[in-house]
Amino acid sequence: MSIWKYANPKQFMQTSAWALRWLVPLTAVLMVLGLVWGFFFTPPELRQGSTVKIIFLHVPSAMIGINAWLMMLVASLIWFIRRHHVSALAARAAAPIGATMTLIALITGAIWGEPMWGTWWAWDPRLTSFLILFLFYLGYMALWAAIEEPDTAADLTSVLCLVGSVFALLSRYAVNFWNQGLHQGPSLTVAQKQHVADAYWYPLMICIAGFIAFFVTLVLLRTRTEIRARRLQALLARERMG
Amino acid sequence: MIALFLRDLRLAIRAGGGFGLGLGFFLIVVVLVPLGVGPEGRTLSLIAPGILWVAALLACLLSLDRIFALDHEDGSLDLLATAPIPLEGVVTMKALAHWVTTGLPLTLASPVLALLMNLPGPGYPWLMLSLALGTPALSVIGTFGAALTVGLKRGGLLLSLLVLPLYVPTLIFGAELVKRGAAGQAVATPFLLLAGITAGAAALLPFASAAALRVNLR
Repeated sequence: MSIWKYANPKQFMQTSAWALRWLVPLTAVLMVLGLVWGFFFTPPELRQGSTVKIIFLHVPSAMIGINAWLMMLVASLIWFIRRHHVSALAARAAAPIGATMTLIALITGAIWGEPMWGTWWAWDPRLTSFLILFLFYLGYMALWAAIEEPDTAADLTSVLCLVGSVFALLSRYAVNFWNQGLHQGPSLTVAQKQHVADAYWYPLMICIAGFIAFFVTLVLLRTRTEIRARRLQALLARERMG
Repeated sequence: MIALFLRDLRLAIRAGGGFGLGLGFFLIVVVLVPLGVGPEGRTLSLIAPGILWVAALLACLLSLDRIFALDHEDGSLDLLATAPIPLEGVVTMKALAHWVTTGLPLTLASPVLALLMNLPGPGYPWLMLSLALGTPALSVIGTFGAALTVGLKRGGLLLSLLVLPLYVPTLIFGAELVKRGAAGQAVATPFLLLAGITAGAAALLPFASAAALRVNLR
């Protein structure tokens, strides 16, 4: 028994069907609980008032936006080294979700920034690097869409994902070169004790867990769709042959 | 490898297109900016480093799809791939030829255009130095983009979507180097980082480009 048995599409379909039966209700419960708690049952903050509640969308979507790219990087590496088709399809499935999450983080950030900083947008290092990440997602998806032959597309996009990761990281440090901008440092770190008051901390953690479950659910669903689309193509091709 | 380099140079110069076109484009963009922004000297000298770098970058982008497209059409790319020299070497030579026909003329022409943009006096040597140092990275990164899109029918637009985000760090450090040089500040950090990007890209990206080419020629 190893993790590689899930590289078999049939095995993957069975396991993911079973997992989705639990993941879908889990996502629903966590997201409803976290967001309703966050939006309606937290006190308004002293200086920020009720605008602080946008944190429950902003922080989780930003985390997923970055980690979706990391997941694509791992999946691309697995495709590149071991050539498991499910892995390539999972990377393809994750890209639009990551792009959407990045966009949500940018938009909620703008909505939050307007009352707090007095501006919708500033060329702050964090904001800029997120915008660049979004452009990387666009390029990655465009390359998938442009190439017809599926294996070629998988190969080329994984090369792009590897190179893009290095350059996205470089850009992150390059924009740091400008002065430290408006955005605060990280409030949530593994190493330090929490910076967020308990009243926001618990619903925020539930929201993050909900977004992670949401991401996993969507990736599994989309990967299943991709596998089915691939099977359909194979069936059509066989029919034309025979 | 040297023969390949000379062949590419000769093709670029004699077959028209790429060689003068990039330079002309560079000129046009830099001329258009004051027409749009207005002729005020102070504003122009403030934005000169950034505009000159963005224009050089766009001019570089313009000729990227020619790196492999013609060789792919007439089949000589397949011959190059089966030739005894490694594909990584082919890619490096192609990038070098692209730089000599685009980056180098841009660097040499930049002081004249900086004059039009009212760049402050101390900025001139730093502008040339930063372009000389940064445009090889643009060529190498661009070659990678061209290798990814070589088989596609309408790859031009996709190529710019893929390559422009990759150009971000080079652009930031290049423009920063000129800006600091023109203002008389310390330039060591952006200088070293720009050199580092060029060296790293030139050392590592040919492998990625060659891998992409092999996939496309399969």
